[in-house]
Amino acid sequence: MIELAPLWLTLKLALSTTLILFIIAVPLANWLTGDKGVFKVVVQTIVSMPLVLPPTVIGFYLLLAFSPANWFGHWLEQWFNIRLVFSFSGLLIASVIYSFPFMVHPIQSGLSSLSPSLKEASYSLGKTKWQTLSKVLLPNIKPSLLTGIVLTFAHTVGEFGVVLMIGGNVPNKTRTASIAIYDEVDALHYHSANIYAGILLALSFAILLLLYSFNRKMQQARFY
Amino acid sequence: MIEFSLQKNLHTAEGEMQLHVTAKIERGQFVSLYGASGAGKTSILRMLAGFMKPDNGYIKVDHTEWYNGLLKNYLEPQQRRIGFVFQDYALFPNMNVRENLLFALGKNEPTNIVDELLDVTGLTNLAARKIQALSGGQQQRVALARAIAKKPAILLLDEPLSAIDSVMRAQLQDTLREIHKRYALTTILVSHNTDEIIKLSDVVIQLEQGRFTRQTTPADFFRNGNDTGTLTGNIVSIDDNGNAVVLIDNRLLHINIGGKFNVNDKVKIKANEIM
Repeated sequence: MIELAPLWLTLKLALSTTLILFIIAVPLANWLTGDKGVFKVVVQTIVSMPLVLPPTVIGFYLLLAFSPANWFGHWLEQWFNIRLVFSFSGLLIASVIYSFPFMVHPIQSGLSSLSPSLKEASYSLGKTKWQTLSKVLLPNIKPSLLTGIVLTFAHTVGEFGVVLMIGGNVPNKTRTASIAIYDEVDALHYHSANIYAGILLALSFAILLLLYSFNRKMQQARFY
Repeated sequence: MIEFSLQKNLHTAEGEMQLHVTAKIERGQFVSLYGASGAGKTSILRMLAGFMKPDNGYIKVDHTEWYNGLLKNYLEPQQRRIGFVFQDYALFPNMNVRENLLFALGKNEPTNIVDELLDVTGLTNLAARKIQALSGGQQQRVALARAIAKKPAILLLDEPLSAIDSVMRAQLQDTLREIHKRYALTTILVSHNTDEIIKLSDVVIQLEQGRFTRQTTPADFFRNGNDTGTLTGNIVSIDDNGNAVVLIDNRLLHINIGGKFNVNDKVKIKANEIM
């Protein structure tokens, strides 16, 4: 039989990443929507970088940054007694960075698809920016929010390169399901690898099915 | 009293245009802004509402300064007490008709104004409907009711009737006029429909190439003819010189008709021609 720990760890990582990213991405996407200044273009580019960079590149630089041999890692260890490299916290930070565009892009494209007059109408009715975002804008882009949540979750579940670079393969700490598959194949345990892989496959299918069913329902519900 | 002077460099389809307009509007007036597309009408409304920042100038509403370019005073739209009806209505699709109106009210504000507005605009039966299930004319009514639920100092209407068929348009014009009177609003309407302007407004301001070229009464505006529309009305009285008062949709137009007509005759008027 297989160990369940890598699956639980994967789930924990994916849920935490999704939650953290949702909280960061909503205000960021709202800020990025609309007039584009030079600074916004730079931020937009940084947010999108994980889409084109190999995960090993991100993993490599984060590994360097988190390493106690370098100033950031050293500073964290000196002041806060935190070591991010080969730990779950380090993995979580790397995951958040790596999945950034998967949460920000759908929300941003949802917000830009709304007519600017919705925001202005809400302002003219005396509502603050936060009230406008939470009561007018976000409720009208539910499918985009769900797409962001689901893509981030699924993307984190499937992470491999970044996890290996930052987390290594520490059981119960950084050994996620995708690493476990690699490990089992490496040890020629094809049966175990098959079970892990099968579970990830079924999970991914179920998540995407849920997403598309919900979006279809939302489309139909618009007029009733 | 609303006073404003607005300067703004606008980027239009025909290139850069310097908008520079000054006007005074009395409380309770219904003012129409008339001008060709791209003359800067919508930009003026947007600057009054606070959606667009002028380069310079001032906006004063009842002795309160909403904007002053010299002193760098700028009130955000939230603090301006405006009602704005957008060309695309800008209704919130996640709320039903009643909820759209309720959204305009603050916390703990009495909600009876919402029921009253639903009644005045003929929407009581549609209160629970989703916005997407309404016709263009019905959506327009919701937008209008929502814009005045907060009792604004100025009601700004950006070509609100342009996408509506002529029968519905006439009904909505009546509603608009009634609401303007009933709630003693000061209203600024952007329109290029002369018929609508004559029917609704007390004052017409003509805008050409970013400048106000005329501020006049609807009758004067109509007589001096930049218009293409035809009006139909009944002659109420004629004096010895042929000066007649013609009743057009509850509004009186003073016009010289010569000696051809009698009181109670139905006449069609097109610019300076009377038929």
